[in-house]
Amino acid sequence: MWTYDRKLQYPVKIARPNAAAAKVIISQFGGPDGELAASQRYLSQRYSMPYREVAGLLTDIGTEEMAHMEMVCAIVHQLTRDLTIQQIEEGGLAPYFTDHTVGLWPQAASGTPFSATVFASKGDPITDLHEDMAAEQKARTTYDNLIRLVDDPDVLDPLRFLREREIVHFQRFGEGLRIVQDHLDAQNFYAFNPAYDR
Amino acid sequence: MARGADSLMRQLQAASFAVDDLKLYLDTHPTDPRALEQYCRCRDIHGMVAAKYVAEVGPLTAEDVPCDGRWTWVDAPWPWEGEV
Repeated sequence: MWTYDRKLQYPVKIARPNAAAAKVIISQFGGPDGELAASQRYLSQRYSMPYREVAGLLTDIGTEEMAHMEMVCAIVHQLTRDLTIQQIEEGGLAPYFTDHTVGLWPQAASGTPFSATVFASKGDPITDLHEDMAAEQKARTTYDNLIRLVDDPDVLDPLRFLREREIVHFQRFGEGLRIVQDHLDAQNFYAFNPAYDR
Repeated sequence: MARGADSLMRQLQAASFAVDDLKLYLDTHPTDPRALEQYCRCRDIHGMVAAKYVAEVGPLTAEDVPCDGRWTWVDAPWPWEGEV
């Protein structure tokens, strides 16, 4: 189960509101490669993972992604809470404001609502770990794109931290894949699915 | 780095993050002796900084709330407010 620690994993302190920045950064909350997708992907996959080291990794990274989701939401919240109506309109946030005011709702920058269809939980350890490695690269690319779009150093700082974590997670999932392969027949990794076949 | 109450939070975040990062490494390297030794040291440092934070600033988990006549959990700023 989860305990809540009353802190952010890394500080978020943003002085200047910015509707346009919020509009794109929200993708790392509810977008296809965002932190909510990542956390639900890993936390869903862990149940069928037969190797305890890798189940541990999925649990621990899945939990960290929830902390990252909290950071992204803190960024968007601080960018939007003091916006005037004029700033909202100029920043392109009027459609979002209509349905959510300056509340947080998981959607992509495009407006597409969050859905489980953005991730896979395939019940096959080799497949799931490849999914996870790809997910971390997609998230890293998304942070690269956000870092290009944003100027404010208060916003860039936590975005850079979050980007670095994606790279570390990618490394760990690669190690997880090797652990899975070590358990399987070196002549044929696909001989059976260790999550299901007896 | 900001001075004042939130510099203790910065120390806490750094100490806690060290443990977070080691946890992931140990998940895939559970017998690595150097990592285990680092984990033990970082965990102890985190424990000390957390205890100091709770004593001087406020609760980190709901179970840090003292039995003093008020549920202080709802008093302090929440982390997303950006005050600490």
